[in-house]
Amino acid sequence: MKNFKKQLLAGPYLMWMLGFIILPMLLIVYYAFFSNHKFTLSNVLAITSEVNFKAILLSLKVGILSTLICLLLSYPLALILKNIKFKNQNFIVFLFMLPMWMNFMLRILAWKILLSKNGILNTLLFNLNLPKIQILNTPSAIIFGMVYDYLPFMLLPIYNSMAHVKKDYIEAALDLGASRTRILFQIIIPLTMSGIVSGIVMVFVPTLTSFAISELLGGGKVLLIGNVIEHNFMQGMRWGIGSGLSFVLMVFVFISMILSSKFGEDEKGGTGVI
Amino acid sequence: MKHFFKKDFSHKTKKISLCLVLVLSLSQVFSACGKTKNRDSHATPIKNNVNSITVLNYGKYMDEDVIKKFEKETGIHIKYEEYENPEEMYTKYKSGSIKYDVICTSEYMIQKLMSENELKKIDFKKLSNYNNIDSNVLELNQSYDSKNQYALPYFYGTLGILYDTKKVSKADVQSWNCLWNKKYNNEIIMENSVRDTFAAALKKLNYSINDTNPKHLNKALSILEKQKEHVYAYMVDETADEMVAGNAKIALCYSGEAATAMESKSSLAYTVPKEGSNVWVDSWFIPKTCKSKQNAIKFLDFLCRDDIATANFDYVYYASPIKSVVKKQPKDVLENEAVFPSKKTLENCEIFTMLNQKTTDYYSDLWMKLKAY
Repeated sequence: MKNFKKQLLAGPYLMWMLGFIILPMLLIVYYAFFSNHKFTLSNVLAITSEVNFKAILLSLKVGILSTLICLLLSYPLALILKNIKFKNQNFIVFLFMLPMWMNFMLRILAWKILLSKNGILNTLLFNLNLPKIQILNTPSAIIFGMVYDYLPFMLLPIYNSMAHVKKDYIEAALDLGASRTRILFQIIIPLTMSGIVSGIVMVFVPTLTSFAISELLGGGKVLLIGNVIEHNFMQGMRWGIGSGLSFVLMVFVFISMILSSKFGEDEKGGTGVI
Repeated sequence: MKHFFKKDFSHKTKKISLCLVLVLSLSQVFSACGKTKNRDSHATPIKNNVNSITVLNYGKYMDEDVIKKFEKETGIHIKYEEYENPEEMYTKYKSGSIKYDVICTSEYMIQKLMSENELKKIDFKKLSNYNNIDSNVLELNQSYDSKNQYALPYFYGTLGILYDTKKVSKADVQSWNCLWNKKYNNEIIMENSVRDTFAAALKKLNYSINDTNPKHLNKALSILEKQKEHVYAYMVDETADEMVAGNAKIALCYSGEAATAMESKSSLAYTVPKEGSNVWVDSWFIPKTCKSKQNAIKFLDFLCRDDIATANFDYVYYASPIKSVVKKQPKDVLENEAVFPSKKTLENCEIFTMLNQKTTDYYSDLWMKLKAY
């Protein structure tokens, strides 16, 4: 009886999953493989056309670069946060979370104004007699925006797993004469691997599929695969091709998920070894 | 973890059921709100939707007070929806999830819907303010609506060049070539919509803006690809803001948008190049999904009334086809090419005609090629 009640409570969530997650996915797959109720591969193969292929390559490049930069920025930061002697460490984490309370599109719009040709940043540089920077409307600006937006998604899981690393391990290693770099590479990094992996997935997936940031900071000059899909759905009225491309993108997302879960498992097996 | 759940379960259920009760009661409050609102706007309680119309219009294309006034005067409730570009409107309408009663859009999209038999005839004799519409604009609409039976003009204007008079010489902007002038490297804003940007390229090559010859279109694409590295950005709604901020010197732009920019920065000016350009007429039509044609016609008639059309003109600031509104305007507004196109300009301009599905797809592919270049 109790069990049944429990399941009943999950009911609304199940309905939600069916209606808003499973069903749309099935629709996408249907549109991707059927046109006029006949099976076809042409929608999925649309990815091989020059334009779409270029777009997905650029998306992958932007996604990988932003993820890497996020990782390189967050990891040392998490280390610092862990070791900092501050009364309330959570307060600093809270500071990093704070911008996330504001809509991310608004923050990107703000960057657009800051980075624009006669924007605040360039005026400042000009007054200091420094050369202006013009990265707005280029892929660099998009990577910049993505790193800015998704940094907390990398930082938080890493910081979380870092907080769980017991001080005893590190002290023991120090007692046994391990150098600081050795501690980092043989103790801390392996122990925080799960955080790193989930951070990578949480940043890579949205950066790969994003279309809004590239539209805002790219000035319509940079075409990512998300923009192609959006164009096919919203303007070209070509739902088939849009779904086909979405399907290909989903495959990429699944691949990254599978890779991440594999790494996660390895890490679990490895915790006790050192 | 499991143990924890069991122990804490009764407590949790209480919490969750509390939440549920809250949500339910809130939803009831909201639905009650909806009901009272309906009663406010109508004299007698009505069954849902009977005395309401659903309106679909471009974003920022109508004074909000106009809607309130209409509701107050007629007791007809308006559900107002907005969209950004005609293609989006088409998708929204075609998906069929909302039944629209009146829609305002660009002429080439109306033609497309007309060819698909999606329009209802409007009996314009029933509109008491119909005589107030400029016959010249009705004539423009005749290019696709030969007897003026389907579309009611709302605003019109041209596609041209907005430029900063302090940084760009007036002689340069008399021709579309200026958008390809290397002098203005990284200072050019193009339209982020297929047909407008291609119209500029086609006109530069001396083709019609309605040319469908793939050879000509490819030629246009190749000059646009060459131009891309000199372009600052492809934009739609932000063009005016960017020009006012001085982030670019020259922009492909609609007349109305240009007028708004010129209001905020006096050094900006607007012109239509000598090779000719596009003249557009945004019109209202009644789609097949309309449930209450009578109410829809009431709404259209209301829009043509002098005080309402004036309010909308002041808000939108595009050329109005309503004669009594034009009469009221001072000379400098009438002579402002960005608000009211001159006769000479109009003679030199073409209206966009509808493209068949094949050419639309072709255009779409070319556009993606340009964007990926």
